[in-house]
Amino acid sequence: MRRRNPLVTSAAVGVYAFLYIPLIVVAIFSFNDSRLNAEWVGFTMKWYRQLIENDAMLQAAANSLIIASCAAIAAGVLGTLAGVALHRFRQKWLTALVLGPVAMPDILIGVSLLLTFMLMNISLGMMSIILAHVTFCIGFVAMAVQSRMAGMDDSLLEAARDLGASQWQSFRLITLPLLMPGIVAGMMMAFTLSIDDFVVTFFTAGVGSSTLPLEIYSMVKIAVTPEVNAVSTLLMLLTLILITALSRFSPQSLRS
Amino acid sequence: MLEIVNVSRRFGDFQALNEVSLQVQAGEFFTLLGPSGCGKTTLLRSIAGFDTPDSGDILLDGKSLLALPPEKRPVHTVFQSYALFPHMTVADNIAFPLRMSGVGKAEIERRVADVLEDVRLPDKAKHFPEELSGGQRQRIAIARALVNRPRLLLLDEPLSALDAKLREQMQIELINLQKEVGITFVYVTHDQGEALALSHRIAVMNKGEVSQIDEPSLLYSSPKNRFVADFIGQCNLLDGKVVSCDGATTRITIDGLGELAVQSNPNIPFNVGDDCALTLRPEKIRLAKSVAPESDEVHFPGTVHDMLYLGDVTVYIIEVKRDGHPVLIEALLANSAPGRARLLDTGDAVEICWPRDAGHLVR
Repeated sequence: MRRRNPLVTSAAVGVYAFLYIPLIVVAIFSFNDSRLNAEWVGFTMKWYRQLIENDAMLQAAANSLIIASCAAIAAGVLGTLAGVALHRFRQKWLTALVLGPVAMPDILIGVSLLLTFMLMNISLGMMSIILAHVTFCIGFVAMAVQSRMAGMDDSLLEAARDLGASQWQSFRLITLPLLMPGIVAGMMMAFTLSIDDFVVTFFTAGVGSSTLPLEIYSMVKIAVTPEVNAVSTLLMLLTLILITALSRFSPQSLRS
Repeated sequence: MLEIVNVSRRFGDFQALNEVSLQVQAGEFFTLLGPSGCGKTTLLRSIAGFDTPDSGDILLDGKSLLALPPEKRPVHTVFQSYALFPHMTVADNIAFPLRMSGVGKAEIERRVADVLEDVRLPDKAKHFPEELSGGQRQRIAIARALVNRPRLLLLDEPLSALDAKLREQMQIELINLQKEVGITFVYVTHDQGEALALSHRIAVMNKGEVSQIDEPSLLYSSPKNRFVADFIGQCNLLDGKVVSCDGATTRITIDGLGELAVQSNPNIPFNVGDDCALTLRPEKIRLAKSVAPESDEVHFPGTVHDMLYLGDVTVYIIEVKRDGHPVLIEALLANSAPGRARLLDTGDAVEICWPRDAGHLVR
C-alpha cells in the first residue's frame, strides 16, 4: 500500500468539503422546522408535505420529466447517428459542427433559439423547450457513441458482411448492441443536463411550460424558503441516482 | 476455380497491385506470401469484397465476383484479429452466417454442434469469446467461417497472434482440417516457414507483383529470381557475370571468388557478359578444417568470421579471401555428435566446397 501524503489528503478533504457542504446544508435545512435558514429548530417533514400540495411545483416537475425524457430519447437517436457518422467520415469540420453546441455558452444558444423560434413562428411551450434541449444534448450522445465506436474493431463489421449480413443487418446486429453502453450513457447525460437546465429553458419557455429550475428560481426571487430546500434536495437525489447509474454504464467500466 | 486476371490497385502514389494474375485450383491450399506492403492483403480483401480493384477481374467458377457485395460472395474470411462478436456466445457466433442465410433453428443447432465437434471445442458453446484462449478463439473463428461451407476460405495471417509452440500445432490442425473439409483455402502470410509448411502452392509477391508461383519444394530449390531466393529460407546470394555458356555448364566470375563452373538454369537463358547471381543454400555447402573435394566440386579456403549456435545446427559465416575482395558465405554444421558444436571457432582456417549443381543461377 502506498503511503498517503497528509498534505494531499487534507487538500482533497478541503476540495470535497467545498463542493459538498453547501449541498448538505440545503438537505439538512429542508428538514428544519423554521421559516428561516438560520438556525436548527427541530425536525419536520412539513416542507415536503407542502411541496406535494403545491400544484404549480408538481406541474413544473412533471414538465421537467417529460421534457428530459423526450430530449434524451431524441438526442439518443440523433446523437447515435451523428456519432457513427463522425467515426466513419473522420472529418474535422464535421466533428466541430456536431460538438459545437456542447462548447457554446448556454446564453448564446438560448438567445439564438428564441430568435429562431420567433422567426419560424414556433410558439413557445413544451415543444420549443424540447427542441432547444435536443440541440445541446446531441453532442454529448455523439461523443459517447464516437468514443465507443473508436474502441471497436473495424474487422467486426467486415466479418458480419463477410458472413452474409447486409449493411443494415450488420448495423442492427453488431454495431448497435456494441454501441449500446455508449448510447445509454449519453442519454443519461442528456437527461441530467435537460432536467437541470435553466438558461436555455428560460429563453425558450412559454406560458404554462415552466420547469422545475424555472419554478425554483421564481420562488427564490422572494426568499430561499425551506420549500425550495426541499425541492432542491429531491432534485439532488434524482441527479445522484442518475449519476450512479451512469457510472455503471460508463465506457471504461465496460470491456469491448 | 478462382481466377485473378490482371488485377491492379493503386492507393494514391502507392501501387498496391500491378497486373496480378493467378489461378487457384479447387481443393487447393494456396498461399500468398510476401513482405508487408507487397499487396497480398489487398488482393485478399479484393477477393472478399472489401476492396475493389481499379482494373482487372476476379472470377470464381468462371463468374465475376466484382459486382457482388461481400455478403453475396460465397467466400468467407478468417481475420487476423479473429473478429469474433464479443457480445455473442461461441454458439451464436458460429450460428451467425447460418442465420443470415435463413437456415432453420433445429438445423442451425445441429450444424453448430457438428462444427464445434470438428474443432474439438464442444463444451465451449455457451462461453463468450473473451473467456477463450488465443488458440481457442482461432478455432472458433475458423469454425464460424466454415460452418455454411463457403466455396472459398480466405485466411489473413490467422496464426500471427499465437506463440511459436501453439502456431506449429495450429499449422498441423489447419492442414488436417483443409484435407477433411476439402474447401479451397487462400492463405495470406509473411512467414515463409509457415507458407512452406502449409501450402500446396505458393505465390511469392513483391511490390504488388507476383514473383513466382510454385510448389514449396520447387520454390525452395529453384527460385526464379534473387527476391524469391532471398525471401524463402536462408540463402547465399553471390553476384557475378557470365563468362561462357556450354549447355549444362555455365562458367561465371564472382567478385572475390574468381571464375567457377555452375550448373546452367534451363529456365533462364544467359548470354556471355550477362549479370547473374548464384543462389546457394547454406546446407548444400560442405565445411571442415580440411575437405577433400570431389571432381565435380568447387573448393575455397576461408576463415570462420562469425558463428551462431542454434541448438540443432550451428551457422558459420565463412570469410573467403581469394583476390583481395573478401566474400562472406554462410554454411551449416549439424550438432549431432556430442562436442561437435565447438568443432570450429571464430578465426579458424577452414575449407568449404560445394558440388557444381548445388548452386542455382538467377538473374
